[in-house]
Amino acid sequence: MDATIDSKAVPSNEERLAKLEGMGCSRKRYEDPRFIQGKGNYVDDIKMPNMLVGVMVRSPYAHARIKSIDTSKALAHPGVYAVLTADDLKPLKLHWMPTLAGDVQAVLADGKVVFQNQEVAFVVAEDRYIAADAAELVEVEYEPLAVLVDPLKAMAPDAPTVRDDIKDKDVGAHGARKHPNHIFTWDIGDKDKTDRAFDNAEVTVKQDMIYQRVHPCPLETCGCVASFDKIRGDLLVYITSQAPHVVRTVVGMLSSIPESKIRIISPDIGGGFGNKVGIYPGYVCAIVAAIVLGRPVKWIESRTENLTTTAFARDYHMTGELAADKDGKIKALRVHVTADHGAFDACADPSKWPAGMFHVVTGSYDIPNAFVSVDGIYTNKCPGGVSYRCSFRVTEAVYLIERMVDVLAQKLGIDKAEIRFRNFLRKDQFPYQTALGLEYDSGDYEPALRKGLAALDYPALRAEQAARRADPDAATLMGIGICTFTEIVGAGPSKMCDILGIGMFDSCEIRVHPDGSAIARMGTISQGQGHQTTYAQIIASVAGIPASLITVEEGDTATAPYGLGTYGSRSTPVAGAAIARASHKIREKARKIAAHLLEVSPDDVEFDLDRFVVKGAPDQAKSIKEVAWAAYNNVPEGMEMGLEAVDYYDPPNFTFPFGTYICVVDVDRYSGETKIRRFYALDDCGTRINPMIIEGQIHGGLTEGFAVAMGQQLTYDDAGNVLGGTLMDYFLPTSMETPHWETDFTVTPSPHHPIGAKGVAESPHVGSIPCFTAAMVDAFAHLGVTHMNMPHNSFRVWQQSHALNLDQR
Amino acid sequence: MIKKMMVTFKLNGKSTDVVVEPRELLIHTLREKCLHTGPHIGCDSSHCGACTVDVDGMSVKSCTMLTVQADGSELLTIEGFAQGGELHALQEGFMQEHGLQCGFCTPGMITRAYRLLKENPDPTEAEIRYWMAGNLCRCTGYQNIVKAVQYAARKLRGEPVQTSYPLMETTTH
Repeated sequence: MDATIDSKAVPSNEERLAKLEGMGCSRKRYEDPRFIQGKGNYVDDIKMPNMLVGVMVRSPYAHARIKSIDTSKALAHPGVYAVLTADDLKPLKLHWMPTLAGDVQAVLADGKVVFQNQEVAFVVAEDRYIAADAAELVEVEYEPLAVLVDPLKAMAPDAPTVRDDIKDKDVGAHGARKHPNHIFTWDIGDKDKTDRAFDNAEVTVKQDMIYQRVHPCPLETCGCVASFDKIRGDLLVYITSQAPHVVRTVVGMLSSIPESKIRIISPDIGGGFGNKVGIYPGYVCAIVAAIVLGRPVKWIESRTENLTTTAFARDYHMTGELAADKDGKIKALRVHVTADHGAFDACADPSKWPAGMFHVVTGSYDIPNAFVSVDGIYTNKCPGGVSYRCSFRVTEAVYLIERMVDVLAQKLGIDKAEIRFRNFLRKDQFPYQTALGLEYDSGDYEPALRKGLAALDYPALRAEQAARRADPDAATLMGIGICTFTEIVGAGPSKMCDILGIGMFDSCEIRVHPDGSAIARMGTISQGQGHQTTYAQIIASVAGIPASLITVEEGDTATAPYGLGTYGSRSTPVAGAAIARASHKIREKARKIAAHLLEVSPDDVEFDLDRFVVKGAPDQAKSIKEVAWAAYNNVPEGMEMGLEAVDYYDPPNFTFPFGTYICVVDVDRYSGETKIRRFYALDDCGTRINPMIIEGQIHGGLTEGFAVAMGQQLTYDDAGNVLGGTLMDYFLPTSMETPHWETDFTVTPSPHHPIGAKGVAESPHVGSIPCFTAAMVDAFAHLGVTHMNMPHNSFRVWQQSHALNLDQR
Repeated sequence: MIKKMMVTFKLNGKSTDVVVEPRELLIHTLREKCLHTGPHIGCDSSHCGACTVDVDGMSVKSCTMLTVQADGSELLTIEGFAQGGELHALQEGFMQEHGLQCGFCTPGMITRAYRLLKENPDPTEAEIRYWMAGNLCRCTGYQNIVKAVQYAARKLRGEPVQTSYPLMETTTH
């Protein structure tokens, strides 16, 4: 082959860029053809020869002693192969399992049940109908116990004790325990300095607020198919998991099977949102049953099981306080939280952070003093507090600070936009050390807010609102909400974040084949984020291989390098960095091979989109395709054959995307009905890889935020019964009530990320929820209302209206 | 044991026989006996629409119908949409307008939108939102689903179509 390329034959830069489909273009999703043709491969689609189906027997009581379990009738039912109870798991030491938060959780209830629908027995049968029939035949005798549902009453001396197994332990995984229902007290910041700032402040404000218990509710419930090859000793598990490698490690720990003999596959996943990070009893039981019976066992949750027993989110009872001067400049923040963790502390937080990354609570503001304390509490509710579409309690933190800034503005009579301008971190303050120990990487908040205010003509909106307020006959109240949030994503640096002792790095392995096409394998797993599309775009831009020639594989622990998975918007900030760095390694090796082929020094060869060019001689070039071929037959002396690279990326810091959201709401003062008139969302996620996918993620996050703010709540009655365990009662917005979203952006790259990307998918959820509340409160603010707890459904809004006598004609 | 029954229907144009218990739900028959796993199960209460199929010209949530009720029916599932390697206009629309993310609701969405466009080839946005309200999506926020249906409607009416997300027209970094 001729060493030179006819320069006329080289397509234009535009044509080559288009062919690459690299970063910045709205590449259509590689994933879509299979989904739109019904060829997705979700866990419940897996069918194996001789497969059995398992279903759970669950407790109708929230708190009860189990006097007896009689499985004989169920076992005698034709087609039933096994009925597991805690007693069956005991010899295997599998009746309890470790949680991600350092606690233990009963796999099947051991002596007593501690929340409604807790797993009591596992019935394995030929098909789902027989299993369901047989589950009805398991006879459990319960002795009901007093129920604890209110976390604020949990530390009372006469409160019912949720956890008999640890009631006498005065030290937990996160330090001293003060009460049998107490899990931990976690605090951060300088208490004395903060208290002094409050003592000396010109103005202080204080507000209680409840961030209600909600559920991530992905459309696909959790489930798995476990299969054990007794001859080879191999365990294969298909599972709905956002972190398949971690599942492998946990399964290895529990089963004593070496990890090399365990293969976990997360195939297509029908949404995760944090719900699919944890390990659930159903997984363990299916695996045990598969090993014991020697036949594959499938377990798939029902919707009610998903809503009532797999990881909930939030449930933070918060008190915020701000100290400021008369001009609204904030001097200090003080926060206390009572966190309801349910019956087992199964939060999916990094091991060292019992309250996750709640310490981002100083938000986008230059707050010199801050102190935060969080008390974790056991109650008779479902365990598993997850970071639902946020990283580790950021949603609660942003909600608190955004509410408090509004409360302060209201007290001082300062416009809500203006008070933000007075307190924003300035661009030149980054990297910025917060009073709670974080280092923000980059941000530029003021232009973002200015852009938003201009886009909605904020002065005109305020004028309209003033006119509305001045008219006593106006049937509609008008509220304007502003939220200027800073997110914290990209968990994370292994020095700060780990799961069960494994650092939160992520990984990528790229192999370029002789024909110039490539495969990349990742430690993450997409649940709809379009990883296969965007990851290929990164490789295309960095290594010059057209995205259409790149296969991206995830979710199979047998082939993918170890990674900590996808949650907390960590895929782009962490795995995206790994893929960029691995791509760069490929490019560097390719450059050396190109230099060898061109018979010049590597220093004289530079990378140009998809080829390597001799400096000053643009007609002397080798395409990446030519180099790939040469990598397998003609490499410089001493160089290994092949064109591969692996990168395990441990980020030096988190990334801090931010945004400005503005909501305009109309409220019918007579009925409490609301209409989101406009919702503007400006996001800055640093470098943008695929604008189409980013916009889609933002739409989705906003819609989930709308659901949380305006209608969602997992409600319990005093007996611990879940009120609303189906989609009949639990609010998921349909196309009818979902508002129209307006999106916008600025670009402030992360200085420490190889391609400057920060991650985006959670920002719209984190940022929108306080924005909705702010708009709702603003509708009533002129009447002295400073806060309204979510969800702002019509009944509750009407109650507010009624309390102010506004519903009277 | 419950006595089983033979049921015959046309599934995506192909005559199909299945033997089921009278209590078996159509979604289970389709997924587990006919191995048409496109329709999905997302709830237990016929709210989510992930299992939507077309039965004799009507959108039906197949978790809400017994298989024996489908005897003699013509069924259309997502597997019957692409013809001769050509995507249906709706499939193309969902892809071009980014009307899906995790893809779990998508087969039901497309099947439902198919019936909408059969009955109303030129729906307004409000009509699309009303017609699609029985199908839940947790990822997209519906905005792009509406655009996907509009795209397909235009294409089926023979009008020119264009994606809202052209490949290279971006203003990023």
